[in-house]
Amino acid sequence: MHPPSLWNWEPGQRVILAALKSPEDCAWVEEPHASPDGERLASLAALAEGGFSALVNGEMWENTFEKAWYPRFSPDGRFTAIVQQDGMWTLAVDGAAWEESFDYLWGTEFSAEGDVIAACIQSGGEYGLCLNGAPWETLFENANQPVLSADGQSSAAVVQLESLKPADLDDFHKGVFGVAVNGEAWDANFMNVWTPTFDPQGKNVAAQVRTSLYDYSIAVNGKKWAGNYGCVWEPRFNPASGTVVAPVRVKGAWGLAQDDQIIWEPRFAQCWHQVISQDGKSIAAIVAPQFGQFTVAVNGKPWSVSLPVVTDLSIARQGEVVAALGCADNRDWRVMVDGRLWDGVWDMAWAPVISPSGGHVAVKVERAGRQTVVVNGRVYPREFTKVWEPIFSPDGTKLLIRALDKDAFLRIVAEVGRA
Amino acid sequence: MGITERLIEDAGLRRGVSLLTPEKIEKTIVAVLQGETGARLKTYAETCMRCGMCAEACHFALSHPGDPSYTPAGKVHQTMSVLLDKKGRVDPDFIYGMAQLAYTECNLCRRCVHLCPIGIDTAYIMSTVRRICHKLGCTPQYMQDTAHSHASTFNQMWVKDDEWTDSLMWQEDEAREEFPGLRIPLDKEGADIYYSVIAPEPKFRTQLIYQAAAIMHMAGVDWTMPAQTGWDNSDMCMFSGDFEVMGRLKRQHFESAQKLKVKRIVMGECGHAFRSVYDVGNRWLGWRWHPVPVIHAVEFYWELIQEGKIKLAKKFPGPVTIQDPCNIVRGRGLQQKLREVTRFLVEGDIIEMHPNMEHNFCCAAGGGVINCGPPFKNVRVEGNAVKAEQLKATGVKTIITPCHNCHGGLHDIIHHHKLGMDLKFLSDIIYECMEKPEA
Ligand code: SF4
Ligand code: SF4
Repeated sequence: MHPPSLWNWEPGQRVILAALKSPEDCAWVEEPHASPDGERLASLAALAEGGFSALVNGEMWENTFEKAWYPRFSPDGRFTAIVQQDGMWTLAVDGAAWEESFDYLWGTEFSAEGDVIAACIQSGGEYGLCLNGAPWETLFENANQPVLSADGQSSAAVVQLESLKPADLDDFHKGVFGVAVNGEAWDANFMNVWTPTFDPQGKNVAAQVRTSLYDYSIAVNGKKWAGNYGCVWEPRFNPASGTVVAPVRVKGAWGLAQDDQIIWEPRFAQCWHQVISQDGKSIAAIVAPQFGQFTVAVNGKPWSVSLPVVTDLSIARQGEVVAALGCADNRDWRVMVDGRLWDGVWDMAWAPVISPSGGHVAVKVERAGRQTVVVNGRVYPREFTKVWEPIFSPDGTKLLIRALDKDAFLRIVAEVGRA
Repeated sequence: MGITERLIEDAGLRRGVSLLTPEKIEKTIVAVLQGETGARLKTYAETCMRCGMCAEACHFALSHPGDPSYTPAGKVHQTMSVLLDKKGRVDPDFIYGMAQLAYTECNLCRRCVHLCPIGIDTAYIMSTVRRICHKLGCTPQYMQDTAHSHASTFNQMWVKDDEWTDSLMWQEDEAREEFPGLRIPLDKEGADIYYSVIAPEPKFRTQLIYQAAAIMHMAGVDWTMPAQTGWDNSDMCMFSGDFEVMGRLKRQHFESAQKLKVKRIVMGECGHAFRSVYDVGNRWLGWRWHPVPVIHAVEFYWELIQEGKIKLAKKFPGPVTIQDPCNIVRGRGLQQKLREVTRFLVEGDIIEMHPNMEHNFCCAAGGGVINCGPPFKNVRVEGNAVKAEQLKATGVKTIITPCHNCHGGLHDIIHHHKLGMDLKFLSDIIYECMEKPEA
């Protein structure tokens, strides 16, 4: 069921599935996946007689397939898996396979609303994307690093435009890579292209490019910035202004450039994963002010607290909250919000979730093999075998906790003030 | 005697050199020396006493007795010393020889640093020479092609995204015949172990993936392999001098593990990849240590054995010898664990080569030398006659070595010197000897 405003936000707990059972006709049941609204729990299942299907709230899909993998719920709550039938690959959505099938299919992606499902395909040795089963008209020698616009109307990937003979250095130097948007290649070749990304409207695409072994830059709709840099990382569009912001390396140090102009002086040992608020006024990025010390900088100013590793940066829509995680060697995880460390040290933590309004932050965490959530710094007073990442109600007053308690699947709506 | 008397034609080096001008050479060398090196390089250059102690360290020098141009100090003398003396004013022909020497006559094995009384790290100097060669566009053709593959596909053998998971599913299918219910779990979030390999495994050494899956299955390990790029932990860009792409590869590797929220990365039996992940690539990205713990297969198998999770149906008939991979013994001190694992698996003696463990001789394939391809095969095979003598002296039939490069290098040495020995990965032996389900 979609959108989240239509979900059941009545506070309290419901048992969706009393027990995870492995039916007798299953050889094994794979890892469980929870639907975004918490109403369904699904797993792929290997059948004793051979072949695969899926269990959704304990009910087996009617169809079975030779193989099934990459189980994912779409944002609108449909359970999908990549499946093989008669040696050909396609996507099964709530048990029904797409009509189209391909020699290979992988990398399922969803539009923000979930109405469009994209995947990479290989057909007769040619590569591209398909949207809701419909392949690009033109396929390529190779296509990777796929990306779907937020509205699902456009898709893009890095494509190889010409063949390379084995160990052919000359042609590689001439540049055989580009970006195809909806199957149509940019009118420009580069030595390498990485991480194409759409603007929020899905109209423009920016990507990292390399024009020689040493010259890195950003290209927008195929047009390279005039400036070259020692290295760059992934560009992001400013949602308000449409400008393109990317980390750039100058004389061995990292900063941020916007439309080829430096906006954060290159003085960091690292700078990446920038995020931008909807009003375009706040830019945050993970930075290393010094070798081995990572933190978050907001509009160029690093937080005073640092840790050996920082990950999972996110920013509130209006920029009022910035949250990230930090750890040392993948242990002793801390939640970092607006420059402060929350109490609590965890064996593992998952990406902070910021409420659509109200500036609340919730984080899934794990300690000693038990999982729970932390909301605005307070630990939810109950531990579970497993929880999924929490989801806020659109008004930010409720939190949906999807959890396995032993083998019961629970759907809990907690009030944020009391969580 | 010197590199100019033994130049070998290589399309990559020739192409690079043909595009050079004296101005470009000088500018590039000065830029690297001033912008990317510090006091360490200068100290090394100024303090070498030319005492010759390091000659005993290097397998190339020992395999060419009486030719000082193969000694560590001799290599520096022919390359970096000239660049420093002439302040980068050297000609394109010089660059050709310098590149050939740095890429094919030094394995960056770091044995010599231990024998130098003042600790000069010739491997570091040679890496800096390679960095300059990369910046000048003068790299051997096959190594450069590997670097191009890394940059374009995030793996070293142009493996396309579908070929990766297709290979894993194929191996999973095959292994299920022997191990009912076996899975190669792809993208399993929160797994204890993220298992990464190098691209030759899905490409043509798929039995290693099969064996790893069999071991994980029988040991009951909670593991996963990534469905997307990041799965290849190898790194020829570290050796070609393309540090920017090296960083890009390591970022992809670590972030794919971080995204899956796994506890640790276990790397297959490869040495150089380990160096790239735990020492060089991670640091270029600004991490002092690795952001996710990285465990080499030797250490992982050692742990499984300690925990009683590997059960043998039989032992492998010895005696055997062990080739210590430089990057995991000198780099990480795994020599004792390697022997403990071997003793657990093998019935009979371990006949040691001498010198061994942290003083071992390199296989001469490491440091990217084998990736320079067919033109330079003889350089490394003839440059490691001492290894052939060492192997022969053991008198055994089986060599265990947990490293892809050591396998490649020793395979050619065994063939060339007609030694008639077999090479084994640890996983070959574990798989062969472990308890398996009743047929
Ligand atoms: S091959 Fe090894 S011992 Fe020889 S010079 Fe290079 S690093 Fe030193
Ligand atoms: S042992 Fe050290 S000081 Fe002596 S020649 Fe070799 S590098 Fe120079």
